[in-house]
Amino acid sequence: MRETVVEVQGLTVVFPTHEGNVQAVSDLSYVLHRGETLGIVGESGSGKSVSSMALMGLLNRERTRIGGEAIFSGRNLLTLPGNAMRDIRGKDIAMIFQDPFACLHPMYRVGDQIVEAVTAHANVSMAEAGRRAVELLEAVGIPRARERARDYPHQFSGGMRQRAMIAMALVHNPSVLIADEPTTALDVTVQAQILALIERVKREFDMGVILITHDLGVIAETADTVLVMYAGRAMEHGPADEIFGAPQHPYTWGLLSSMPTIDRRLEKLVPIEGSPPSLVNVPSGCPFHPRCAYQFAPCSIDLPELRTLPDGHLDRCYLPAEEKRTIWPARRAEQLKVAQ
Amino acid sequence: MSVPADEAVVTLDHVTKHFPVRQGVFARTHARVHAVEDVSLTVRRGETLGIVGESGCGKSTTARLMLRLLDPTAGTIRFQGQDITHLSHRRLRPLRREMQMIFQDPYASLNPRKTVEQIVGQPFAIHGGASSREAKLRVRELLEVVGLSREHASRYPHEFSGGQRQRIGIARALALNPQLIICDEPVSALDVSVQAQILNLLRRLQEEFNLTYVFISHDLSVMRQICTRIAVMYVGRIVELAETENIFDSPRHPYTAVLISAVPRVATNGHKRERIVVGGDVPSAVSPPSGCVFHPRCPRFHAGHCDVTEPPLEPVPGDSRHVSACYYPLEHWPMDDAELRAGATRTSPDAE
Repeated sequence: MRETVVEVQGLTVVFPTHEGNVQAVSDLSYVLHRGETLGIVGESGSGKSVSSMALMGLLNRERTRIGGEAIFSGRNLLTLPGNAMRDIRGKDIAMIFQDPFACLHPMYRVGDQIVEAVTAHANVSMAEAGRRAVELLEAVGIPRARERARDYPHQFSGGMRQRAMIAMALVHNPSVLIADEPTTALDVTVQAQILALIERVKREFDMGVILITHDLGVIAETADTVLVMYAGRAMEHGPADEIFGAPQHPYTWGLLSSMPTIDRRLEKLVPIEGSPPSLVNVPSGCPFHPRCAYQFAPCSIDLPELRTLPDGHLDRCYLPAEEKRTIWPARRAEQLKVAQ
Repeated sequence: MSVPADEAVVTLDHVTKHFPVRQGVFARTHARVHAVEDVSLTVRRGETLGIVGESGCGKSTTARLMLRLLDPTAGTIRFQGQDITHLSHRRLRPLRREMQMIFQDPYASLNPRKTVEQIVGQPFAIHGGASSREAKLRVRELLEVVGLSREHASRYPHEFSGGQRQRIGIARALALNPQLIICDEPVSALDVSVQAQILNLLRRLQEEFNLTYVFISHDLSVMRQICTRIAVMYVGRIVELAETENIFDSPRHPYTAVLISAVPRVATNGHKRERIVVGGDVPSAVSPPSGCVFHPRCPRFHAGHCDVTEPPLEPVPGDSRHVSACYYPLEHWPMDDAELRAGATRTSPDAE
């Protein structure tokens, strides 16, 4: 069994606002191992980003109610005092974001910004830090790294900026890399480069990666484990092969059938009717029930438990597993058949 | 009114658009952005012509040229047979009602201070042709056509979700029964479940009203679902243009192949697929590469040929409706690595 690097138990995040309490994340649990990519997928407002920000200590604890625990090397990140968290953030747990331009200071040279990241957590000389910065820029595939380190962010293309952000994240050999929509702002050929790079540095640095995205294609190609979130909750969670090969939850089915495929023209895309719920008034029972085509009596009353299926596959749904075994394959076959 | 199937709605004939890059106190032009370079294409009535490409490839500029929202540097633009290249704004105005646009960001493209009724009714206010009573009725009718209800007319944009706002934008575009609708990344800002709703709606409306779309997107999966034909653009040029099925099932240009192969996908057969990753970035349109603009990244690059003369956009042998601009087009699809690199004299240095 691979080493566990982060264990999240019952994470709950609530933002009190004028309009009521926003239930951003409810009772979320997962385990991240070294060398594993955990893909968290969901639509806007599903809580996928907020859950990671809570982990990084990026939420204002005075204005946010955070519950549960996130254990990293024996300590609970959610209750760690600010200075202790600062030692971990950017050092043991690093994060990259969607928009690398917004994360780089426009008036400092790229190399200097990486040097700053080096000296923030390590007592080394400037020359030593400079060497480390160039070495990292080389490692993430920036050509002529020594020269390019003297460039300003605007002289970098979008893909190179994301590479620079990854270099900065790797400065202290982190155990965990959180990538929040790392390729959403990039062109598709550059996206392929960055995904390949993340995969490579994951292996080289032996990290656990949490990849947050709305794009099921990205998840399918990179994640080992998949967590499908809806309205702040895990709806389905398990090995990627299981989630894509034998999806269990009607919401996962909905995501898969509404996705346009590049492999063929579908006669009809099957959207999920309606739109994601407000997190101030999360629907009773299963939060997905108002949009679910298979809902029946208990769905609107009690929240279904995450039920454990073989192979560590978890599913939050009342539909009997025997029924599901036939529903999805039939539905998928139907959708793909009409296309012929 | 019966129309021949191949009737042209818009024709671009060797259209070029350069933007000056000005700098300094006297704002002297010291460089030019070659946004669109010698593009010729025809949008036929009733079809959806897709323009796909990465950021900065000129796809949106091409669409804006079709509407004469921009003046071309060279070339001719025809709208329903009429040359509109140099038409004055006053004479262009009656034609503008025939061309409408749907935008990417449904939050930015609707005026937050106006009601849905005012937004969707605005085209009548500008172009006339309907009394206020008629306009009122027509607005309600349009809302139902796009899947909203009559009661929504008195509400404001902030009361709607992203998908509903995009429906409002579509209703506004349909108001004057336009001949041509340009959809500029209409589903890129939407969640996948809502995106499917809008794509289905656009398809249904096209069937019902025999609409002609120009569909701009960077998302090839979306393109496959909605387009009749697809033009692939790279650094201001069309590198390949064909029926949708041909683009995906027998692409000829290596860039098209790379683009298709780079799209992350959920395999329908459960297997992970080999991805072909090219290195480098999209080159700057200020100083495009010599010869074929794709040659610095192309896995099939032949030194001394591809980087010297630009390949012409020519019909593929045996298919006059499929054109591609490449000296060493693909022969097999799906390709293996050997096929992709066939004859290549070098591989990209920084491909991951």
